[in-house]
Parts: sequence; structure tokens; C-alpha cells
Amino acid sequence: MIFRRPFYSPTWVLGSAFEELDRMRRQLDEMSGGLEQRPYRLLGARVFPLINLSENKDNYYVRAEMPGLKADDIGISVAGNNLSISGERKIASEGENVRYHRREREAGTFNRVIALPGEVDADKVEAKHVDGILTVVIPKAETAKPKQITIR
Amino acid sequence: MSGTKEIQAKEKQEVSVPAEHTKPGPVFTPAVDIFETEKNLTLLADLPGVKSDKLNIDLRDNVLTLTADVTPWEGADEEDLLIEYEIGRYLRQFTLSEVIDQDKIDAQLNDGVLRLTLPKVEKATPRKISVKAA
Repeated sequence: MIFRRPFYSPTWVLGSAFEELDRMRRQLDEMSGGLEQRPYRLLGARVFPLINLSENKDNYYVRAEMPGLKADDIGISVAGNNLSISGERKIASEGENVRYHRREREAGTFNRVIALPGEVDADKVEAKHVDGILTVVIPKAETAKPKQITIR
Repeated sequence: MSGTKEIQAKEKQEVSVPAEHTKPGPVFTPAVDIFETEKNLTLLADLPGVKSDKLNIDLRDNVLTLTADVTPWEGADEEDLLIEYEIGRYLRQFTLSEVIDQDKIDAQLNDGVLRLTLPKVEKATPRKISVKAA
């Protein structure tokens, strides 16, 4: 018995070439991170720390995973709409007579500037660092907050 | 700060778990450092967002398993604008070649970094048995 797939017949040589191209395109798509599955994943920024940005009515929230850093190692500043996070991650030496089997944790400096989408109140920015998660709460400027308008 | 290299942003490595889990959501493999001295095997793991009561360390049949749960920290009224990393559980397993003194294992979790000290069992000192002639 011969089963025929739709749009493809073994006698049509060009058809199989197109199918091959289609397969290659799909593979390329998969290699570029499975964009279809996670449309929100940002591919542009490759700067440490990776951040998640969210908002509610009053504030913007910037959260970054920074395990092993102390509050003193992190510098945060706000200029206009730009939040900058900089510092250095240090990994202490474990002494002389140590044999490493794995070394995956990285040390080094970092400096990242994040453009916030709206006007902010730079004087009231708060930051905390708990369990390796940095949270920066940036209040929105009064002018940028949504205003409820009553219909008369 | 010149002279030190810049950290490269690394995407969290997702793992596919062999057994099916009861809880949905992604599982990530944490970055670790493992080193050995004469007395100890030490493991450092980056586990951001993990509280000590949500961390499980299990050693059985020479297999060390680290599992950690993360409670999402976002407020309910927040709307995502940009997501660069995902939040999920952590899982990693190691097979240990050394015999570990299970009673003396020490684990500390500070600022999202686990430091696990696994003391090696002291090797039995060879004893010479002298045979007395009767």
C-alpha cells in the first residue's frame, strides 16, 4: 500500500527539494530559541544582570537574579528615565590546595542601563536584595500615573 | 575596576526531567562550583530566590540530589513589561565517587548561594596484626 502525504509526491522532484528547505527553516527556527513557544523572551539584551520589568498603577519593578552579591557590591542610580545597575561579583578564593572539578559560577564586573518606559520619581526609588534577588521599586511620576476620569 | 572581566549574561539552563512532575513549570539547572581538598568536597550552587526551607538536599547511594522550590515574588497586581529570565524550580544531581561522612554534612544558604561541605570518610588506617607464636 502506498500512503501519500499531502502536498508531496515522490515523483515530483522539486516538491521534495521544497520540503527539504522547509525542514531546514524549521530547524533554524528551533535553534534561534523556539520563538513560537515563548514570544515574550527578549533576545536583544545580553548584558548581566538579566532583568524582569513589571509595573502596576504606582510603580515600576525591576528584578534581577544576583546570587552571592552583597548589598555593598551593587550600585544603583537613576538619571531621568534611566536606571543603572552596576557593580562587581566577587568569588572568594578557596585557598591553595584546592582541586576544582567544576567552575561554572562567574565573577566579574557589570554595568547595565535600563530605559524605563515612563516618567519616574527618582527621589523615591527603593532597592532591596534578598536571597540573591535584587528588587528595585521605582515610583512613577505623578504625571505618568493613570488618571481616572469620571463621566458626568 | 579595570582589569577584571565583565560578567556575561547567561540564560538559565532548563532541564528536561526524566520523571514526570506533579507540579507544572520549568525546571532549571543551577550553576555550581565543585572543589576538593584533602578532607572535604565542597559544592557551591547559585540558587537565587530560594529560601532555606524550600531547599532539599538528598544523598543516597552516592547520588547527591539538590532540589529547590522558588516562590514567585511578583505582586498580584503587577503586569509584565519585559521578561528576560524565568522563575522555576532548580534540580541537579551528582554521583559522588568519594565516600562521604553523612553525619557531618554542612549546608549553608546565604544570599542565594548554597555552600555544601561534604567531609570525606577517613580511610581506615592499615593495622598490622602480629601473629603470636604459641
